[in-house]
Amino acid sequence: MEVTSVNNNFKSEEYCINMGPQHPATHGVLNLLLTIDGEIIKKVEPDLGYIHRSIEKMCERDSYQQIVHLTDRMDYLSSNINNEAVCLTIENALQLEIPERIKVIRTIIGELTRISSHCLWWGVMGMDVGALTTFFYGFRDREMINDIMEETCGARLTMNYNVPGGLMLDIHPNFVKRVKAFVAHFKTKIPEYDSLLTENIIFQKRTKGVGVLSKEDAISFGASGPVARASGYSCDVRKYHPYSALDRVTFKESLMTEGDTFARYQVRIMELWESLSIVEQLVDNIPEGESRVKTNAVIKLPKGEYYQKVETARGELGVYIISTGTKSPYRLKFRSPGFSNLSLLNHISVGGKIGDLVAIMATLDLVIPDIDR
Amino acid sequence: MNLTLGIINNIHDWLFGVMPEGMAAIVEMILIALVYLGIFSVVGLFLVLMERRVAAWFQLRIGPNRVGFQGLLQTVADALKLVSKELTGTTKADKFLYNLAPYFVIISSLMALAVFPFTKDFQAFDINIGIFFLIAISSIGVIGILLGGWASNNKFALIGAMRSGVQTISYELSIGLSLLTMVLIAGSLQLSEIVEVQKNGWLIVQGHLPAIIAFMIFMISGTAETNRAPFDMVEAESELGAGFHTEYSGMKFAYFFLAEFINMFIIAAIATTVFFGGWLSPFGLTESIPWLGVFWFLSKTLVLVFLIMWFRWTFPRLRVDQLLTLEWKYLLPINLVNMVVMAFIVWLNLTIQF
Amino acid sequence: MGYFSDIYQGIKTLLTGMSITGKYFLTSRKGAITQQYPDNRDTLKMFERFRGEVIMPHNENNEHRCTGCQKCEIACPNGTIEIIWDKGIDETTGKNRKKIDQFIYHLSMCTMCGLCIDVCPTDAIKWGQNFENSVYDRTQLTRVLNNPESKLQAGVED
Repeated sequence: MEVTSVNNNFKSEEYCINMGPQHPATHGVLNLLLTIDGEIIKKVEPDLGYIHRSIEKMCERDSYQQIVHLTDRMDYLSSNINNEAVCLTIENALQLEIPERIKVIRTIIGELTRISSHCLWWGVMGMDVGALTTFFYGFRDREMINDIMEETCGARLTMNYNVPGGLMLDIHPNFVKRVKAFVAHFKTKIPEYDSLLTENIIFQKRTKGVGVLSKEDAISFGASGPVARASGYSCDVRKYHPYSALDRVTFKESLMTEGDTFARYQVRIMELWESLSIVEQLVDNIPEGESRVKTNAVIKLPKGEYYQKVETARGELGVYIISTGTKSPYRLKFRSPGFSNLSLLNHISVGGKIGDLVAIMATLDLVIPDIDR
Repeated sequence: MNLTLGIINNIHDWLFGVMPEGMAAIVEMILIALVYLGIFSVVGLFLVLMERRVAAWFQLRIGPNRVGFQGLLQTVADALKLVSKELTGTTKADKFLYNLAPYFVIISSLMALAVFPFTKDFQAFDINIGIFFLIAISSIGVIGILLGGWASNNKFALIGAMRSGVQTISYELSIGLSLLTMVLIAGSLQLSEIVEVQKNGWLIVQGHLPAIIAFMIFMISGTAETNRAPFDMVEAESELGAGFHTEYSGMKFAYFFLAEFINMFIIAAIATTVFFGGWLSPFGLTESIPWLGVFWFLSKTLVLVFLIMWFRWTFPRLRVDQLLTLEWKYLLPINLVNMVVMAFIVWLNLTIQF
Repeated sequence: MGYFSDIYQGIKTLLTGMSITGKYFLTSRKGAITQQYPDNRDTLKMFERFRGEVIMPHNENNEHRCTGCQKCEIACPNGTIEIIWDKGIDETTGKNRKKIDQFIYHLSMCTMCGLCIDVCPTDAIKWGQNFENSVYDRTQLTRVLNNPESKLQAGVED
């Protein structure tokens, strides 16, 4: 009979290192327990919970207006889209008729948020594979969007601009002018992104054929967003369940079939172009009208269950509300894209090197507060 | 006769006048060593500042500009801060090796500096196997990195150190072979001799195509040798935190840091001496004023240092296996062929001479 | 020949990347995107909607517009606002009505969600553009927004 059971699971060459919770590549407080053999990764165990703030539980306490501002703090890079998701759920439950103006503005701001999120991702992607300069170029363009947001919404990151029933304030008079300036500016910058990083031989060698995710695995792991679309799984919520003003714009769903890190990278670059074109189509003719529909001061949803999903910069965000007719939800569940996308990390990074793991993590585009909530 | 050399000769004569010959020689050596140490800690600090400013300009930033005029004293202030910091270490570290490692790194990089001719007759140590000495010395530094990584009892540091070992051993070959290619055309290992040869045109012009290929290979492998991006597997901050010097703090860390920059200077200085005519001015502009050679030497070197910095702030980092692929499948075969081509060119007198 | 075309292509892409960074290097003088923050305080102006902190504007007669309705206190998700109120006789109308004693604002708890300002019926509180909120003592972040001896502006409560 064996008495000691220490290290029975390990071969003698393998050892374990903690990547995180404070590590430059984990982009937040995520702890990865790596079992590695020299440089080769044998197992990756994500260890969550370092930034869990029990947002879902807090939502059961708060009124429906107050819930919205908590969603800013989930996926803080697409905070406006999170706000929109909650507001849409509440509006659908109340069967509010939302004017066109609100829908168009929400869509424009949502797409701008997506662009700014992808800009940051692009910079950080470059930084993770070692090209530090990309970070600043990405931030330069993101800064313009942040200025637009600050002028209209009042904040740069956690805007809380959507309220149930519309927008907190009407858009700033400069909004259209600034958005047009940004679109014109950014169109010249994406080719630069391409020649600086996409076409770079070292970058291509680092990313091509690394972390391959098949379409079947993408579906069975519940992946969504650019990660799933890079594997050929067409899952754009904007296309299949259009919300706000997305049903009146034409855009192409970015799809790749390779499923490797480079495909995920390219899907995001393609999404930058698509988001720009959506913004361009909408910004010229924002309909006149009210920017807010009157709601009761205390919103009480009718008894029942409500679900709404939107496409954030990372994938599909679902909001599921069970209401018992009181002023706060009985239960509110967020289906966050980051959590499902993180679950496939072990699957696609086993067998790679430490450098591959970093590149894979970068293209999964994890936002840790989104995973932990 | 120029002024500096005159002063140096006067000191030399005075030393040998006041004390016995052996004593005077030792004192002279120590003096020269101290002068070199002083100059090159200043050069190291200046290069750190230059790197930070250059990086800032590449990245649309302003860079350090507060301490002193245009931030000139910034790195001095940083050095003072590092000196005053506590020296921490892990409890289970191998204390002796852990403390020894930074000295290996800094001494090897300072030793290499001794052989460069900064201008005519201005050289601390005109050894007749100069290039050989440089190659030999530059591979000692890796011992320090290996020791530091192993002795600090940190897995990240260990991975970084092992990567460094693999990398330096591989790229030593390319450095050696590309320099050997140039030795074929120069016909000497002595650095002062190599510079003399280039009075008929810099070696990169004399040796045209193979010399340019050798230069490119030298710059690539030189960047790898100094563990700088895109070959900074050793530090790779997004993968290993800080790599081999994770557990070092204060002045010990500063030694590693300075050594990296002095190594970069050395690589650029070797390239200047071997490919770009050392202290010789272009087209013999200032041949009559030898002390201007220092200016030409330093400006050529700084241009090459800038090139290395440019690499660092543009390219992503390679992966460990790609690093080895690049060396063994691309650089080494090309280098060997290149050397044969160069031999033929020298044999058939196809060099370009002015 | 794949071997050599690979090398050629590789070097070409590397040089393209270097030309991009080189271009920015040469135009770095005017292209800097960073600000030298503490030096540019005079010229640094935040947007008018910027959410820095909640302030309560007073007019020249030391009068504010807060009626003490406590809607902001209810709307706040974090308990940032506390209103200490009292009942008193209004001098002009002579009616017994609610008036605020202290409007306490805990900046350290505020998430700048804007719900209080959104819900305020009398526009008594507004966004201030001050963003330099660092203090040495946490108690300094708890502020009383209404000035001492301040009164309710006439005509607000009708």
